[in-house]
Amino acid sequence: MRLNNLLSQKKAAITKKWFALVIKTYPSETAKFLKSQKDPFANPVGRTIYRELEALFAELLKGIDYETITSSLDPIIRIRAVQNFSPSQATGFIFFLKNVIRESLHKEILEEQIINELLLFESKIDELSLIAFNLYMQCREKIYELKANEMKNRTFRAFERAGLVSEIPEVEPDLKPIINIKEASNDS
Amino acid sequence: MSDPTPEELLLGIDPKPPQTGWMDTPVEIKKGIYCYASNPKSVEYVGLPYPRQWNPIEEDWNLPENWKEIIYKGFRERLDRFRSIKVFMDICVRCGACADKCHFFIGSGDPKNMPVLRAELLRSVYRNDFTAAGKILGFFGKNFKKIGGARELTLDVLKEWWYYLFQCSECRRCSVFCPYGIDTAEITIMGRELLNLIGLNIDWIATPAANCYRTGNHLGIQPHAYKDMLDFFADDIEDITGIRVDPSFNRKGAEILFITPSGDVFADPGTFTCMGYMMLFHFLQEKYGFDITWSTYASEGGNFGFFTSHETMKRLNTKMYAEAKRLGVKWILGGECGHMWRVIHQYMDTNGPPDFLEEPVSPITGTKFENARSTKMVHITEFMADLIKHGKLDLDPTRNDHLKVTYHDSCNTSRGMGLLEEPRYILKSVCNNFYEMPANCIREQTFCCGSGSGLNAGENMELRMQGGLPRANAVKYVHEKHDVNMLSCICAIDRAALLTSMEYWVPEVDVTGLTELVANALILPGEKERETDLRSEPLPGMEGDDAE
Ligand code: SF4
Ligand code: SF4
Repeated sequence: MRLNNLLSQKKAAITKKWFALVIKTYPSETAKFLKSQKDPFANPVGRTIYRELEALFAELLKGIDYETITSSLDPIIRIRAVQNFSPSQATGFIFFLKNVIRESLHKEILEEQIINELLLFESKIDELSLIAFNLYMQCREKIYELKANEMKNRTFRAFERAGLVSEIPEVEPDLKPIINIKEASNDS
Repeated sequence: MSDPTPEELLLGIDPKPPQTGWMDTPVEIKKGIYCYASNPKSVEYVGLPYPRQWNPIEEDWNLPENWKEIIYKGFRERLDRFRSIKVFMDICVRCGACADKCHFFIGSGDPKNMPVLRAELLRSVYRNDFTAAGKILGFFGKNFKKIGGARELTLDVLKEWWYYLFQCSECRRCSVFCPYGIDTAEITIMGRELLNLIGLNIDWIATPAANCYRTGNHLGIQPHAYKDMLDFFADDIEDITGIRVDPSFNRKGAEILFITPSGDVFADPGTFTCMGYMMLFHFLQEKYGFDITWSTYASEGGNFGFFTSHETMKRLNTKMYAEAKRLGVKWILGGECGHMWRVIHQYMDTNGPPDFLEEPVSPITGTKFENARSTKMVHITEFMADLIKHGKLDLDPTRNDHLKVTYHDSCNTSRGMGLLEEPRYILKSVCNNFYEMPANCIREQTFCCGSGSGLNAGENMELRMQGGLPRANAVKYVHEKHDVNMLSCICAIDRAALLTSMEYWVPEVDVTGLTELVANALILPGEKERETDLRSEPLPGMEGDDAE
């Protein structure tokens, strides 16, 4: 577990660098703001990303508990899923971590033990990206659901509760014409 | 190492965020952000110019040939007419204090949503064509102009106006932080008015405005359906309380006329607030002989004309007062709405004066609402807070004990009219668990719901979620910290928009109007023991035998 020790020592620096790269996916004027404003209510995007990246990295060092990972990944993905990003941009920031780690371990990386451990660690990052993909899809589906159902849920429901919507009656209407069509098609 | 880094790989697949200056970054109209163009029938109905089919994502917007001329002329007229606009165009020093205060910038990360840049869209054209400096700089060529922040009005610039003026909810948060008091919302209002001169509105505004003009409310619901809906609420109230309430409609000679946004009558969860009004009026009638009528004609408090042009706003606003005049009431009591109040508070002195009405006095407490002397219209929370202060309501706040409530200040009632204390006073009187969100996102600094000023359409859901993020983020905080499960507000657009925003960002939190909470707590004379709240959810301790 030499790698874990090394990464734990460099935890703060690695998170900071990872964050810097994620922030770079925004236009430069925005990136400045996301980085410098430290109030979580004035800057929910920047602060959420920072907080959750920190938690994600800490979790990766421990193992990979699906629930914990999801609760940290979800807030970031939920934000990026409605921003001006393609699916790969919205979720791809996870791979930035590989590069950050490789760079910060550029000396140690030549040792055999480290390289083996690193490969394992990187596959954890891959796993993370798959979870991110699931979350991204869930967010997008939610957006489409909201688009489709918002009006219906609110207004239609109110009218329906009030009994002002005329529903299809329970009793079957006279089915004769349909039977006729059936017969006609059977004949042909 | 010559291998590409992951970032490089990703950037290879997708375009980089633009690194060019804002003036040189051409506008790209994106799905999920823009709203559909207005239906020509609606534009025509309210008599606005150039009704036609057009599609924002198509190259050709079917503009009138002389569109530039129309805009220039309109711009000139408005600079002469509204001194504020002229001042706002001139005095911005681009200090940037407003830049990061807009919820759309904060949530989207799109720098053109910084208020200063939003205003600069118009200001750049203003500099070019309406100032001496712009003309002189123009003499030296295009690049000189750019340095001075001036540019010509081209089709691309026009499209950029349209795209970004409909990404501003006219919430005025930015103005709170501007050392010069520049109100970008006013600039948006003026910009949208100019766009309307060449038929460039969005349908979510144009059609409700036309419906309101014709039928009296945004949804175009006719008077009998309005009454049917209230009758149904009366049935529900009877089930819950055992008391039959009997609202009166269009009654001439009533003392007070009640007007509320149609969202309260026709859409959940406003409907529960509407039941709340009915119960409150019944209570007051039984105990104090309160005399109030509803109108099925002035069946809308909201005013989407406000998002179209000053004239359209005035026309829709006038119908409420015309109905008050027709019925011969003394004054108007207004329900929980946002921009209705901004219109009343900010424009009634120029729309009116409604001098056929009287200065509002509460018939129960005798309180004179001096603040409403010129508008003749009192906000339901002012009215209720006064009643509570005088001990006129019988309240059992424990009936809201199943709720942990926070309060969202609507932009229009808080920043637009300074209604900050009354709602809080009421909340604290009717429920035992009330938690404020952090100080920099409430009161004057409140964050918009993300869908104000006619932007609560479906097709721009991504924009709404971006804009809704700062508010939702603060709600999430009080949810996690205090277990808050109910977000209260006093605006019908909020009740619609926040519900959707919560569903995406903080699904554990539901949305309510204030009067719904009052009615939960209000003890009606002779009522049966209540087992549920207005939503037919069991009250604490009333979960029934099978709950054990
Ligand atoms: S805060 Fe006021 S002066 Fe400063 S950039 Fe914004 S609008 Fe201009
Ligand atoms: S008025 Fe509100 S939405 Fe418009 S620019 Fe200012 S902060 Fe943004």
